[in-house]
Parts: sequence; structure tokens; C-alpha cells
Amino acid sequence: MTHRPRARLFTRRRFLAGSALAAPTLAYGSSVLAMDPVPGVEMPMVEGFTYRVHRLIVGDANAREFAPSQISKTFPVNGSNAPTSLEMLGHSKTAFRSWALQVDGLCARPGLFTLEQLRAMPARTQITRHDCVEGWSAIAQWTGVRLSALLERVGASPEARFAVFHCGDDLIGTPYYESIDMVDAHHAQTILAYDMNGAPLPTGHGAPLRLRVERQLGYKHAKFVQRVELVSSLHGIHGGKGGFWEDFEGYEWYAGI
Amino acid sequence: MTQAGAIRRRARRKHSVATRLWHWAMAAAIVILLASGLAIFNAHPRLYWGSVGTSAEPAWLEIGAREDAGYLKIGEQSFDTTGVLGLWHTSSGHRQYTAFPGAVTLPGPYALADARRWHIMASWILILGWPVFIAVSLLNGHLLRDLMPRLWELSPRRLWRTCRDHMRLRPHDKARHGIYNVLQKLTYSGVLGVLLPLVVLSGLAMSPAIAAAWPWLLDMFGGRQSARTFHFIFASLFSLFLVIHLIMLLLYNPWRLMKDMILGGRREEEDPG
Repeated sequence: MTHRPRARLFTRRRFLAGSALAAPTLAYGSSVLAMDPVPGVEMPMVEGFTYRVHRLIVGDANAREFAPSQISKTFPVNGSNAPTSLEMLGHSKTAFRSWALQVDGLCARPGLFTLEQLRAMPARTQITRHDCVEGWSAIAQWTGVRLSALLERVGASPEARFAVFHCGDDLIGTPYYESIDMVDAHHAQTILAYDMNGAPLPTGHGAPLRLRVERQLGYKHAKFVQRVELVSSLHGIHGGKGGFWEDFEGYEWYAGI
Repeated sequence: MTQAGAIRRRARRKHSVATRLWHWAMAAAIVILLASGLAIFNAHPRLYWGSVGTSAEPAWLEIGAREDAGYLKIGEQSFDTTGVLGLWHTSSGHRQYTAFPGAVTLPGPYALADARRWHIMASWILILGWPVFIAVSLLNGHLLRDLMPRLWELSPRRLWRTCRDHMRLRPHDKARHGIYNVLQKLTYSGVLGVLLPLVVLSGLAMSPAIAAAWPWLLDMFGGRQSARTFHFIFASLFSLFLVIHLIMLLLYNPWRLMKDMILGGRREEEDPG
């Protein structure tokens, strides 16, 4: 009688066959997810990986919207509570009647848009939850012009990969700014909000205009927006990492988690 | 040595290569996750139930400091935690006002941006490693042979006997089947099959992007701030597991067990089937 070894699931042959299948899959997966940098933005490997996986999983899904009864009674003012640019401070005294948003960069028809003009453009109202990177959350209703409508109006060029939001406030003497990619810029819930809870945006929450990019954390939601610049790369803009907190403290540019 | 002999010798390893790799990857990930998690918690050391919660609203748990005292508040109960939580001193005697002290936080008691990067990096080790380990352990038999308790092991009398042996600090009683006794099997399969998925899911539920894609995650935990609370509770259970795991190691035979988990060790008895 010959000794028969117990049947095993892991034989050398199966291991080799498995590796032959797994190797190209892994190679392809890792190149898609992490190894190739996203052009125009500086993301460490793990952040780049998270970004790619999220783009794959999340697609164009909307953030949850809430009922009017769920609006928070108090909504904290975080970061700067007032603009510091002299120009915007001046406009705040006249209810921003002669103020205008500048949209420029990689587009066919750069231009200036008064609040009145912005209010006449395709708008969206949404009641959403704001999640601060610190850990707290609050719900408010936001009404604003759809960023996608604005991009269409100025004829955004196909080379534009990012929308950069230049702000009228500063922290420690450096102007605040933020940026998002075109996936978020064209998302249905991405708006430049001029109303909060049915009234004009209060100063502390970024009057006259604040970005709402609902599937990212609070610091991406730039306040006191005075200029939207369309660019193909974030390199060379301020610290080059795409936002004030990204430059200053190393927070993630992609703040989806 | 024939090929059959080589296979049999390999089969007598106490811990497979997959188990050992996973064990140490998870050990590193858990330590990083717990320490960076406490640093992240320090940015807003308050926990709530429901969708929302801010400093303007009551918290069910809060760590803070007033004047010269650190405190932990749970519901209406307040405990003085000066020196440990809320208010503590560095080795050079400087006062620090963060919830958790520097000794248990990574990379520091207030380093939110870096702590988040550490935390997310380590979480990927668990998220990517877990399904691989589970699949391999199903294939090589580890899951069903070593980690699943046998039905007869779950009889109240046997469970009681194993518990009694543990309380007498004789954890390795004769009532074990395979390399682990029934309490170990329940603990390891509970941590792997229940606690780990829950801690990952409650963490993912806090992501505004993932919550948009999978709104059922938020409903599963009862809203974003509840998910944050559950994430903290699950992480606390993980640290409890870690403490017990290390105590058992020290009580039994730390060097042998460590060596086995590094080099593989040998099975003391042949698995009957």
C-alpha cells in the first residue's frame, strides 16, 4: 500500500496558477489606484489611493439631505468669522450690492457676476450635514448657484482640471483658498451658496458666497469666495497643495474621509 | 525526504504563514489605529448620539478641564481625572490640556492632520488584509478547524469549567480541542468576525463620501455622530481585547508563544480531522 498524502487545497501548481492570475490583476489595480499620481495635484500615496477608491465607489451619489425639522439650532462658526480683505469688508457694509464674483482661468468667457446675476442663475436648495474634520456635525439649509451652471456659462475649457476658490479672509496673514476637482465641481450638490436657512448668508458663515461640496469635510467649504479660477494644475498656487490647511498643516487635499 | 513527508511536516505548524503575517500586520495596525484615534478624538473630545452634535449641545461623554482639574463626564456623572485625562503634565512638568495625554497618542496629543494620515494608512491594512486573511483561512482550514468552537465545547458545563480554569490562572485546561480552548475560539472569532468589521464600518460611516454612496451605513449606526460614538466604543473593546490578550500571554509562556507566532511553532497534537 502506498502512502497517499492528504488532498490539499494549496498545491504548488495551484499556487503558481493563482499567482499567474493574481499578478497582472494586482499590477493593474495598484497602477490604477495608487502608483500613477493624479495629474496637477500633490497627494501622498495613501491619500491618492483613498481618492481613487472613493471615486470608484462613490461615483456621483448624492450626500444625504434632511428635513427642515432637522436643521440645527446652532451652527458653529469655525475658522475665520469675518473677511479681512479691505475690498470685501467695504462691500459687506453695502450688502454686497456692487460686489461681483470673478470667474477666470481656463475658460472661454471669463467674467464678473453680481449677486443679483448669480441669484438669477440655475440654483439648488439642499438641507445637508456639515462634518468638521475636528469631529462635530451640524445640519443647515443652503441655497446657491450650481457650480456646474457657472462653469457652463464661462465656457470652462477641457484642460481645466480644478476649480480654485480664492477667499476674502485670511488666517495668520495668509489668504484662505481651496480647490476641488472637476468631478466635485460638476456634482449636482456642489453650489456657491448665498443663502443659509432661507436668509442671506451670515458674515460668520462666509457672506456673500461660500462653497458647498457636500461629500467632503468642512475645511473644503471655502467661505468669503471672491474668485473662482479654473486651472490645470495646483502647482504654483500659494503653497501648491490646493488649500490653506493643506499647505499650512498637511491636511488632506481629498477630504472625503 | 519524500514530498508527502515535507507536506506533513508543514501541516504540523501551529501557525501558518498567513496567520503569522496577518497577526503582526494587525498588531501594528491596531496599535497605530488606537493611538492615532485618540489623537483624532482630542480635536473634539465629546461624543453624541444621533446625526449631529456640536459644542453647543449636550454630549453623553466629555473629557475636558476646568481651572486646575481634568475631568471625564459621562451623562451627569463627573469624575476627576487630573493628571490622566483633560489635564496632564509632560515629563518636564509642563501643563497640557488635551483629552488624552501624549503617552497614548500618535504622533502627538494635538496633531490632527498627521494623526488622520496615520489612522487612514493603518485602516487600509485592515480593510485590504481582512478579506485576504479570511479567504486564505477558509482555504487552509484555520477558520473552521481552529477558530470555530465545536458544538460540544459550548455546553454550559464545559464553558463554566474553562472559565473556572481561567479564573484560577490555569488558562490551558485539558478541555481544549485543537490549539485553542473554547474561550480563545470565541474571543478570536468574535474579534475577527464581529468586532473588526464593526469598527471598520463605523469608521467608514463617518466618511461624508462613503456615507453618500452607502447611506445604509449611517442608518445602521443611527446617524453620523452615533457612528462616531460606536467607533469609540468598538475601539475601546479592541483595547480591552488587547489588554487581556497581553495578560494571558504574560501568564502563560510569553517567549514560547511569541516565538511560535514568529516562527510558526509546532502543533502539540495531530488534528484528528
